Amino acid sequence: MHVPDGFINATVSIGAGVVAAGGVAVCLRKARGEVDERLVPMAGLAAAFIFAVQMLNFPVGAGTSGHLMGGTLAALLVGPYVGALAVTVVLIVQALLFADGGLTALGVNVLNVGLITAFAGYGLFVLLVRLLPKNKAVVIVAGGVAAGVSVPLAALAFVAEYAIGATTSVPLATVAAAMGGVHLAIGVGEGLITAATLAAVLAARPDLVHGARHLRASTRRTSSPLTAEG
Amino acid sequence: MREGIRPFVIVGLLVTLVLAGGVSYYASTAPDGLTRVAQDLGFMSSEQEHALGDSPLADYGTAGVGPAWLSGAIAGVTGVVVTFAIAGGLFLLVRRRTGGSGGAATAEGSGAPARDE
Repeated sequence: MHVPDGFINATVSIGAGVVAAGGVAVCLRKARGEVDERLVPMAGLAAAFIFAVQMLNFPVGAGTSGHLMGGTLAALLVGPYVGALAVTVVLIVQALLFADGGLTALGVNVLNVGLITAFAGYGLFVLLVRLLPKNKAVVIVAGGVAAGVSVPLAALAFVAEYAIGATTSVPLATVAAAMGGVHLAIGVGEGLITAATLAAVLAARPDLVHGARHLRASTRRTSSPLTAEG
Repeated sequence: MREGIRPFVIVGLLVTLVLAGGVSYYASTAPDGLTRVAQDLGFMSSEQEHALGDSPLADYGTAGVGPAWLSGAIAGVTGVVVTFAIAGGLFLLVRRRTGGSGGAATAEGSGAPARDE
Protein backbone atom coordinates (compact mmCIF):
# COMPACT_ATOMS: atom_id res chain seq x y z
CA MET A 1 0.00 0.00 0.00
CA HIS A 2 2.96 2.26 -0.60
CA VAL A 3 1.59 5.57 -1.82
CA PRO A 4 3.55 6.96 -4.79
CA ASP A 5 4.23 10.63 -5.38
CA GLY A 6 1.31 12.52 -6.86
CA PHE A 7 -1.72 10.82 -5.32
CA ILE A 8 -1.90 13.18 -2.35
CA ASN A 9 -1.28 16.90 -2.66
CA ALA A 10 1.68 18.75 -1.18
CA THR A 11 -0.17 20.28 1.77
CA VAL A 12 -1.52 17.00 3.08
CA SER A 13 1.75 15.20 2.30
CA ILE A 14 3.61 17.75 4.40
CA GLY A 15 0.98 17.56 7.12
CA ALA A 16 1.27 13.78 7.22
CA GLY A 17 5.04 14.19 7.27
CA VAL A 18 4.83 16.43 10.32
CA VAL A 19 2.52 14.02 12.13
CA ALA A 20 4.73 11.07 11.18
CA ALA A 21 7.88 12.89 12.33
CA GLY A 22 6.20 13.67 15.65
CA GLY A 23 5.21 10.04 16.04
CA VAL A 24 8.70 8.83 15.20
CA ALA A 25 10.17 11.30 17.70
CA VAL A 26 7.94 9.88 20.44
CA CYS A 27 8.97 6.36 19.42
CA LEU A 28 12.65 7.30 19.61
CA ARG A 29 12.16 8.57 23.16
CA LYS A 30 10.12 5.59 24.27
CA ALA A 31 12.17 2.93 22.50
CA ARG A 32 14.66 2.63 25.33
CA GLY A 33 11.89 1.26 27.50
CA GLU A 34 11.63 -1.67 25.13
CA VAL A 35 15.12 -2.34 23.83
CA ASP A 36 18.21 -2.97 25.90
CA GLU A 37 21.67 -4.02 24.72
CA ARG A 38 20.63 -7.64 24.47
CA LEU A 39 17.63 -7.00 22.26
CA VAL A 40 19.32 -4.71 19.70
CA PRO A 41 20.05 -7.55 17.22
CA MET A 42 16.52 -8.89 17.65
CA ALA A 43 15.07 -5.47 16.82
CA GLY A 44 17.34 -5.24 13.78
CA LEU A 45 16.22 -8.69 12.71
CA ALA A 46 12.57 -7.68 13.07
CA ALA A 47 13.15 -4.79 10.66
CA ALA A 48 15.04 -6.97 8.16
CA PHE A 49 12.35 -9.65 8.35
CA ILE A 50 9.57 -7.13 7.70
CA PHE A 51 11.54 -5.86 4.69
CA ALA A 52 11.89 -9.38 3.31
CA VAL A 53 8.26 -10.37 3.82
CA GLN A 54 7.06 -7.11 2.28
CA MET A 55 8.65 -8.37 -0.94
CA LEU A 56 6.40 -11.42 -0.91
CA ASN A 57 3.24 -10.25 -2.63
CA PHE A 58 0.46 -12.80 -2.42
CA PRO A 59 -2.55 -12.87 -4.75
CA VAL A 60 -5.88 -11.56 -3.49
CA GLY A 61 -8.53 -12.19 -6.10
CA ALA A 62 -7.93 -11.83 -9.80
CA GLY A 63 -5.22 -9.48 -10.90
CA THR A 64 -4.53 -8.00 -7.49
CA SER A 65 -1.92 -8.69 -4.85
CA GLY A 66 -1.06 -7.59 -1.38
CA HIS A 67 1.84 -7.91 0.99
CA LEU A 68 2.51 -7.74 4.68
CA MET A 69 2.61 -4.27 6.22
CA GLY A 70 4.13 -5.67 9.37
CA GLY A 71 3.59 -2.96 11.96
CA THR A 72 1.55 -5.19 14.25
CA LEU A 73 3.94 -8.12 13.85
CA ALA A 74 6.94 -5.93 14.64
CA ALA A 75 5.13 -4.43 17.64
CA LEU A 76 4.32 -7.87 19.01
CA LEU A 77 7.89 -9.08 18.57
CA VAL A 78 9.86 -6.11 19.88
CA GLY A 79 7.33 -3.67 21.35
CA PRO A 80 5.16 -1.02 19.70
CA TYR A 81 7.66 1.86 19.77
CA VAL A 82 10.60 -0.18 18.51
CA GLY A 83 8.28 -1.99 16.09
CA ALA A 84 7.00 1.24 14.59
CA LEU A 85 10.61 2.42 14.19
CA ALA A 86 11.54 -0.88 12.54
CA VAL A 87 8.83 -0.47 9.89
CA THR A 88 9.79 3.19 9.47
CA VAL A 89 13.36 2.12 8.66
CA VAL A 90 11.98 -0.38 6.14
CA LEU A 91 9.88 2.32 4.47
CA ILE A 92 12.81 4.72 4.26
CA VAL A 93 15.08 2.04 2.76
CA GLN A 94 12.36 1.11 0.26
CA ALA A 95 11.81 4.72 -0.82
CA LEU A 96 15.49 5.62 -1.11
CA LEU A 97 17.00 2.40 -2.42
CA PHE A 98 14.18 0.70 -4.30
CA ALA A 99 12.05 3.64 -5.50
CA ASP A 100 9.09 2.00 -3.74
CA GLY A 101 6.84 4.57 -2.11
CA GLY A 102 7.12 8.21 -3.11
CA LEU A 103 9.65 10.54 -1.54
CA THR A 104 7.07 13.25 -0.95
CA ALA A 105 4.69 10.51 0.24
CA LEU A 106 7.15 9.18 2.80
CA GLY A 107 5.28 10.85 5.66
CA VAL A 108 1.99 9.42 4.43
CA ASN A 109 3.50 5.96 4.21
CA VAL A 110 5.22 6.08 7.60
CA LEU A 111 1.94 7.22 9.13
CA ASN A 112 -0.26 4.62 7.42
CA VAL A 113 1.96 1.58 7.12
CA GLY A 114 4.27 2.12 10.08
CA LEU A 115 2.63 4.01 12.93
CA ILE A 116 -1.01 3.10 12.41
CA THR A 117 -0.49 -0.63 11.90
CA ALA A 118 1.93 -0.80 14.84
CA PHE A 119 -0.15 1.10 17.38
CA ALA A 120 -3.68 0.22 16.27
CA GLY A 121 -2.71 -3.43 15.96
CA TYR A 122 -0.86 -3.47 19.26
CA GLY A 123 -3.72 -1.71 21.04
CA LEU A 124 -6.25 -4.19 19.73
CA PHE A 125 -3.94 -7.07 20.69
CA VAL A 126 -3.63 -5.80 24.27
CA LEU A 127 -7.41 -5.50 24.50
CA LEU A 128 -7.90 -9.05 23.23
CA VAL A 129 -5.35 -10.72 25.49
CA ARG A 130 -6.84 -8.96 28.51
CA LEU A 131 -10.23 -10.45 27.75
CA LEU A 132 -8.99 -13.94 26.91
CA PRO A 133 -7.12 -16.69 28.76
CA LYS A 134 -3.38 -16.33 29.18
CA ASN A 135 -1.73 -18.80 26.87
CA LYS A 136 0.34 -19.00 23.71
CA ALA A 137 -2.58 -19.91 21.47
CA VAL A 138 -4.38 -16.74 22.46
CA VAL A 139 -1.27 -14.67 21.75
CA ILE A 140 -1.04 -16.21 18.28
CA VAL A 141 -4.71 -15.82 17.40
CA ALA A 142 -5.09 -12.36 18.95
CA GLY A 143 -1.93 -11.25 17.17
CA GLY A 144 -3.23 -12.51 13.85
CA VAL A 145 -6.62 -10.87 14.31
CA ALA A 146 -5.10 -7.57 15.41
CA ALA A 147 -2.68 -7.55 12.48
CA GLY A 148 -5.47 -8.40 10.08
CA VAL A 149 -7.64 -5.54 11.32
CA SER A 150 -4.72 -3.11 11.15
CA VAL A 151 -4.60 -3.39 7.35
CA PRO A 152 -8.08 -2.02 6.55
CA LEU A 153 -7.41 0.63 9.21
CA ALA A 154 -4.30 1.71 7.31
CA ALA A 155 -6.36 1.71 4.12
CA LEU A 156 -8.94 3.96 5.79
CA ALA A 157 -6.14 6.31 6.81
CA PHE A 158 -5.26 6.60 3.14
CA VAL A 159 -8.92 7.29 2.37
CA ALA A 160 -8.89 10.10 4.95
CA GLU A 161 -5.77 11.58 3.36
CA TYR A 162 -7.38 11.26 -0.04
CA ALA A 163 -10.49 12.98 1.31
CA ILE A 164 -8.59 16.10 2.31
CA GLY A 165 -5.69 16.04 -0.12
CA ALA A 166 -6.67 14.26 -3.32
CA THR A 167 -5.18 15.47 -6.58
CA THR A 168 -8.02 13.75 -8.42
CA SER A 169 -11.77 13.86 -7.91
CA VAL A 170 -13.06 10.33 -7.53
CA PRO A 171 -16.09 10.19 -5.21
CA LEU A 172 -14.91 9.46 -1.70
CA ALA A 173 -17.41 6.69 -1.06
CA THR A 174 -16.13 4.89 -4.14
CA VAL A 175 -12.53 5.14 -2.99
CA ALA A 176 -13.45 4.07 0.55
CA ALA A 177 -15.41 1.03 -0.62
CA ALA A 178 -12.69 -0.09 -3.03
CA MET A 179 -9.82 0.48 -0.60
CA GLY A 180 -11.68 -1.08 2.32
CA GLY A 181 -12.77 -4.10 0.34
CA VAL A 182 -9.43 -5.08 -1.13
CA HIS A 183 -7.61 -4.42 2.14
CA LEU A 184 -9.99 -6.61 4.10
CA ALA A 185 -8.76 -9.41 1.85
CA ILE A 186 -5.12 -8.39 2.21
CA GLY A 187 -5.71 -8.21 5.97
CA VAL A 188 -6.49 -11.93 5.98
CA GLY A 189 -3.03 -12.58 4.57
CA GLU A 190 -1.48 -10.16 7.06
CA GLY A 191 -3.20 -12.01 9.89
CA LEU A 192 -2.07 -15.42 8.71
CA ILE A 193 1.55 -14.36 8.20
CA THR A 194 1.60 -12.62 11.57
CA ALA A 195 0.10 -15.62 13.37
CA ALA A 196 2.49 -18.05 11.66
CA THR A 197 5.51 -15.91 12.52
CA LEU A 198 4.40 -15.50 16.13
CA ALA A 199 3.84 -19.26 16.40
CA ALA A 200 7.34 -19.96 15.07
CA VAL A 201 9.08 -17.51 17.38
CA LEU A 202 7.00 -18.60 20.37
CA ALA A 203 7.99 -22.20 19.70
CA ALA A 204 11.69 -21.36 19.44
CA ARG A 205 12.19 -18.49 21.86
CA PRO A 206 9.05 -17.37 23.70
CA ASP A 207 11.19 -14.97 25.75
CA LEU A 208 11.81 -12.94 22.58
CA VAL A 209 8.14 -12.14 21.98
CA HIS A 210 7.23 -8.78 23.52
CA GLY A 211 3.53 -9.59 23.23
CA ALA A 212 3.97 -12.73 25.33
CA ARG A 213 5.60 -11.08 28.33
CA HIS A 214 2.44 -11.48 30.37
CA LEU A 215 2.81 -15.26 30.01
CA ARG A 216 6.34 -15.14 31.39
CA ALA A 217 5.56 -12.95 34.36
CA SER A 218 3.30 -15.56 35.91
CA THR A 219 5.56 -18.54 35.29
CA ARG A 220 8.92 -16.99 35.97
CA ARG A 221 9.24 -18.22 39.54
CA THR A 222 8.20 -21.78 38.91
CA SER A 223 9.92 -22.55 35.63
CA SER A 224 13.43 -23.86 35.64
CA PRO A 225 15.99 -21.51 34.14
CA LEU A 226 17.14 -24.32 31.89
CA THR A 227 13.88 -25.13 30.18
CA ALA A 228 12.04 -22.68 28.03
CA GLU A 229 8.68 -24.36 28.74
CA GLY A 230 6.77 -25.55 25.74
CA MET B 1 17.83 -13.79 29.67
CA ARG B 2 18.14 -17.54 29.72
CA GLU B 3 20.43 -17.91 26.77
CA GLY B 4 22.07 -15.66 24.26
CA ILE B 5 20.01 -14.45 21.39
CA ARG B 6 22.80 -14.74 18.85
CA PRO B 7 21.84 -18.22 17.55
CA PHE B 8 18.25 -17.11 17.09
CA VAL B 9 19.24 -13.93 15.29
CA ILE B 10 21.64 -15.79 12.97
CA VAL B 11 19.00 -18.36 12.02
CA GLY B 12 16.43 -15.57 11.67
CA LEU B 13 18.71 -13.64 9.33
CA LEU B 14 19.31 -16.74 7.22
CA VAL B 15 15.56 -17.29 6.90
CA THR B 16 15.14 -13.61 6.04
CA LEU B 17 17.83 -13.76 3.36
CA VAL B 18 16.21 -16.83 1.81
CA LEU B 19 12.84 -15.06 1.75
CA ALA B 20 14.18 -11.85 0.20
CA GLY B 21 16.75 -13.48 -2.06
CA GLY B 22 14.92 -16.61 -3.18
CA VAL B 23 11.25 -16.87 -2.28
CA SER B 24 10.60 -13.34 -3.52
CA TYR B 25 11.14 -14.62 -7.08
CA TYR B 26 7.84 -16.45 -6.74
CA ALA B 27 5.89 -13.49 -5.35
CA SER B 28 2.83 -12.26 -7.21
CA THR B 29 3.59 -9.56 -9.75
CA ALA B 30 -0.02 -8.36 -9.92
CA PRO B 31 -0.59 -4.74 -8.86
CA ASP B 32 -1.07 -4.34 -5.12
CA GLY B 33 -4.34 -3.27 -3.54
CA LEU B 34 -3.79 0.48 -3.77
CA THR B 35 -2.40 0.34 -7.30
CA ARG B 36 -5.33 -1.79 -8.42
CA VAL B 37 -7.84 0.61 -6.86
CA ALA B 38 -6.06 3.57 -8.45
CA GLN B 39 -6.16 1.85 -11.84
CA ASP B 40 -9.79 0.84 -11.54
CA LEU B 41 -10.96 4.24 -10.34
CA GLY B 42 -8.81 6.18 -12.76
CA PHE B 43 -6.43 8.05 -10.50
CA MET B 44 -3.31 6.06 -11.34
CA SER B 45 -2.45 8.74 -13.89
CA SER B 46 -1.84 11.21 -11.06
CA GLU B 47 1.24 9.19 -10.06
CA GLN B 48 4.42 11.12 -10.61
CA GLU B 49 7.68 9.58 -11.68
CA HIS B 50 9.76 8.52 -8.67
CA ALA B 51 12.71 10.86 -8.33
CA LEU B 52 15.00 7.88 -7.76
CA GLY B 53 13.31 5.69 -10.36
CA ASP B 54 16.57 5.25 -12.24
CA SER B 55 18.57 4.12 -9.23
CA PRO B 56 20.43 0.79 -9.53
CA LEU B 57 18.00 -1.17 -7.35
CA ALA B 58 14.76 0.54 -8.40
CA ASP B 59 11.71 -1.72 -8.25
CA TYR B 60 13.64 -4.53 -6.55
CA GLY B 61 15.76 -5.32 -9.58
CA THR B 62 19.47 -4.85 -10.10
CA ALA B 63 20.51 -2.68 -13.03
CA GLY B 64 22.64 -4.51 -15.57
CA VAL B 65 21.93 -7.99 -14.21
CA GLY B 66 20.22 -10.14 -16.81
CA PRO B 67 18.58 -13.15 -15.18
CA ALA B 68 15.46 -12.04 -13.32
CA TRP B 69 16.07 -14.35 -10.38
CA LEU B 70 19.59 -13.01 -9.85
CA SER B 71 18.56 -9.40 -10.35
CA GLY B 72 15.85 -9.80 -7.70
CA ALA B 73 18.06 -11.84 -5.40
CA ILE B 74 20.79 -9.19 -5.32
CA ALA B 75 18.22 -6.50 -4.62
CA GLY B 76 16.53 -8.54 -1.91
CA VAL B 77 19.74 -9.53 -0.15
CA THR B 78 21.02 -5.96 -0.34
CA GLY B 79 17.79 -4.70 1.16
CA VAL B 80 17.97 -7.15 4.06
CA VAL B 81 21.58 -6.27 4.84
CA VAL B 82 20.99 -2.52 4.59
CA THR B 83 17.80 -2.66 6.66
CA PHE B 84 19.44 -4.79 9.36
CA ALA B 85 22.44 -2.44 9.48
CA ILE B 86 20.42 0.78 9.65
CA ALA B 87 17.84 -0.55 12.10
CA GLY B 88 20.54 -2.18 14.23
CA GLY B 89 22.53 1.05 14.26
CA LEU B 90 19.46 3.06 15.19
CA PHE B 91 18.48 0.74 18.02
CA LEU B 92 22.06 0.72 19.25
CA LEU B 93 21.74 4.49 19.62
CA VAL B 94 18.39 4.47 21.41
CA ARG B 95 18.88 1.36 23.52
CA ARG B 96 18.73 1.32 27.28
CA ARG B 97 22.19 0.94 28.68
CA THR B 98 22.04 -1.71 31.33
CA GLY B 99 25.64 -1.34 32.46
CA GLY B 100 26.07 -5.10 32.49
CA SER B 101 23.70 -5.62 35.40
CA GLY B 102 21.15 -7.23 33.15
CA GLY B 103 18.36 -5.62 35.09
CA ALA B 104 15.54 -3.67 33.53
CA ALA B 105 16.09 -0.66 35.72
CA THR B 106 14.23 2.06 33.90
CA ALA B 107 10.58 1.42 33.36
CA GLU B 108 8.73 2.29 30.23
CA GLY B 109 7.70 5.50 31.94
CA SER B 110 7.50 8.84 30.27
CA GLY B 111 9.92 10.30 32.78
CA ALA B 112 12.86 8.31 31.50
CA PRO B 113 15.79 10.59 30.78
CA ALA B 114 15.95 10.82 27.04
CA ARG B 115 17.53 14.20 26.71
CA ASP B 116 21.11 13.22 26.23
CA GLU B 117 20.79 11.57 22.87
